[in-house]
Amino acid sequence: MGRTLYEKIWEKHVVKHLEDQPSLLYIDLHLVHEVTSPQAFEGLRLKNRTVRRPDRTLATMDHNVPTTDRNEPLQDMVSQKQIDTLEKNCEEFSIPVFDLFHADQGIVHVIAPENGLTLPGQTIVCGDSHTSTHGAFGALAFGIGTSEVEHVLTTQCLKQYKSKTLAVNFNGSRPFGVEAKDIILGLIGKYGHDFATGYVIEFRGPVQEELTMEERMTICNMTIEMGGRAGLFAPDDVTFDYVQGKKYAPSGQAWEDAVQEWRTLYTDDDAVFDQEISLNVSELEPQVSWGTNPGMTTGISGHVPKEEEVEAADRNSFHKALEYMELKPGHRLQGTPVDVVFIGSCTNARIEDLRKAAAVVKGKKTDSRVHAMVVPGSMQVKKQAEEEGLDDIFLQSGFEWRNAGCSMCLGMNPDALKPGQRCASTSNRNFEGRQGSGGRTHLMSPEMAAAAALTGEITDVRRMLKEDAG
Amino acid sequence: MREYFEKVHSHAAPLDAESVDTDTIVPKQFLKWVTRTGYGDIIFYDWRYDQEGREKDFILNQSPARDAEILLTKKNFGSGSSREHAPWGLKEFGFSVIIAPSFAEIFYQNSIKNGILPVTLSEKEVDHLFSLTVADPHAELTVDLDLNMVKASDGTIYYFEIDRFFKDMLLHGLDDIGLSLQHEADITQFETEHRVYYQPPSS
Repeated sequence: MGRTLYEKIWEKHVVKHLEDQPSLLYIDLHLVHEVTSPQAFEGLRLKNRTVRRPDRTLATMDHNVPTTDRNEPLQDMVSQKQIDTLEKNCEEFSIPVFDLFHADQGIVHVIAPENGLTLPGQTIVCGDSHTSTHGAFGALAFGIGTSEVEHVLTTQCLKQYKSKTLAVNFNGSRPFGVEAKDIILGLIGKYGHDFATGYVIEFRGPVQEELTMEERMTICNMTIEMGGRAGLFAPDDVTFDYVQGKKYAPSGQAWEDAVQEWRTLYTDDDAVFDQEISLNVSELEPQVSWGTNPGMTTGISGHVPKEEEVEAADRNSFHKALEYMELKPGHRLQGTPVDVVFIGSCTNARIEDLRKAAAVVKGKKTDSRVHAMVVPGSMQVKKQAEEEGLDDIFLQSGFEWRNAGCSMCLGMNPDALKPGQRCASTSNRNFEGRQGSGGRTHLMSPEMAAAAALTGEITDVRRMLKEDAG
Repeated sequence: MREYFEKVHSHAAPLDAESVDTDTIVPKQFLKWVTRTGYGDIIFYDWRYDQEGREKDFILNQSPARDAEILLTKKNFGSGSSREHAPWGLKEFGFSVIIAPSFAEIFYQNSIKNGILPVTLSEKEVDHLFSLTVADPHAELTVDLDLNMVKASDGTIYYFEIDRFFKDMLLHGLDDIGLSLQHEADITQFETEHRVYYQPPSS
């Protein structure tokens, strides 16, 4: 019987099968950031252990960093200490670090792909659940806890059980105005936010060909929002074209060898998945979340479910979510006023995202009631955007133009919602308090967030795109 | 700091919510610390305290739930962020067992590594335990990992499944990093044959 893509990557990385315990799996790339690593480095010191492969480790600061002027010292001494701690740990253990003043600093899941460190067929881990992003390249990538960060630092391996496999077939074709974010939100909205727990997902189907690498990253990024261990796209020419020529990608003969190997990374025709589902992308429209988990999502012309549309077992959560969101059952989403618009995060802050959002706001002004900000995913993205003049478009429209970081996706730095504020956000989680205690999040695509910034309310961006085209 | 998991006799704290995410368990403002300790006082911060820091009418602020060693909750517990601060805080607060119909995967692993036993029972079984605890908040449960068994106050016995290795980790306080280090020669051998294509950034 044939093997799935996941099984091929898995088998290539098993150092040792062990009786009655998880296998020892080799990790090709370990990404480290300031929030989930200090306790792991402390663990090394306490046990007198060291980092096995600093050359297969890369650190950056992203979660807790200011997105305003970096020449000013941080107001928050606790945050400063966490950033300094990573700096010191990297120095002590000789780990490369893209620090706050590095031209390649940025969100860890943005910088590894754009620098050619994320490659097909690799195993990649990070103490961050959105590590699933890197699956877009056909790499097995997943988030781990701090104890596992310590495990990988020490051994370059993890003890892992093999996951079950789930195929998600994206059928049909993308309608006008439907973005990668809408595809993944539509999928989670249809199947629920925990349906993939215990599975590694392979995204397949005819729509794959229509998706750029950045769009595939958006989709894989939110694999964890349905509980999945990891999400994968089989690498193809789109992948190889994206990787070729990147800073740390292989070149010359090594490139030839690599591509030859990568071309074997697909699911065999006779391979069998443990489960298979599909989504008809042709039927989608732009999506907006209305509740407190990403499964609570509907199309822009839709409404918050009515009581009778919710299964009896889910009504408790339904009412709790609506109470938090201050919305009523049956509420029509279009026209809901927003206070803040956030374009950023490892889900949607790459150059294509910024270009699409800029195209919507170009020559127009944000609504006076809205505080709108763009936080590029990395300093490279920021630089590229500035070379293209996107910063001017955003600034003239009324957006703030910031430095790179996780920012208001989780509000660890000063960029956070105030209690009661409602936000149109391109991030990945609409949990209670996620973007700031008492803040309310509506997840959507960059174009949809841009449209909300202009009107001050949740808006169907397709209307604006059509006006522009006409 | 490995601990040995022993049989637990305790009443349970009933947390009647589905998909409690790790952002809720440990909100972002407490992720700035570089320690493994101090999180017991701040778990469920927004649910436990108002904006002035006063205790709200939340289950874990009430007696006897606040002294429980067992947390009883609904499906998909621990979803979202991989932050291990969540089990650190739950453990420090006093929980060594969490019973739910399902758990998010990263949280489950993080719990095992911190001496917390995640017990997966069916929704029906969990509902029964909820009804006993609501009727009598002092109703004692026994959780026996040796026997994979939960015994309720009314004598009902439920058996749960747990992976053999995870069970050993909890029962014997295994250092899984130490176990992996025993295979150092295998790792070295693997590295000589396995090709990694990127060029490492300079440190």
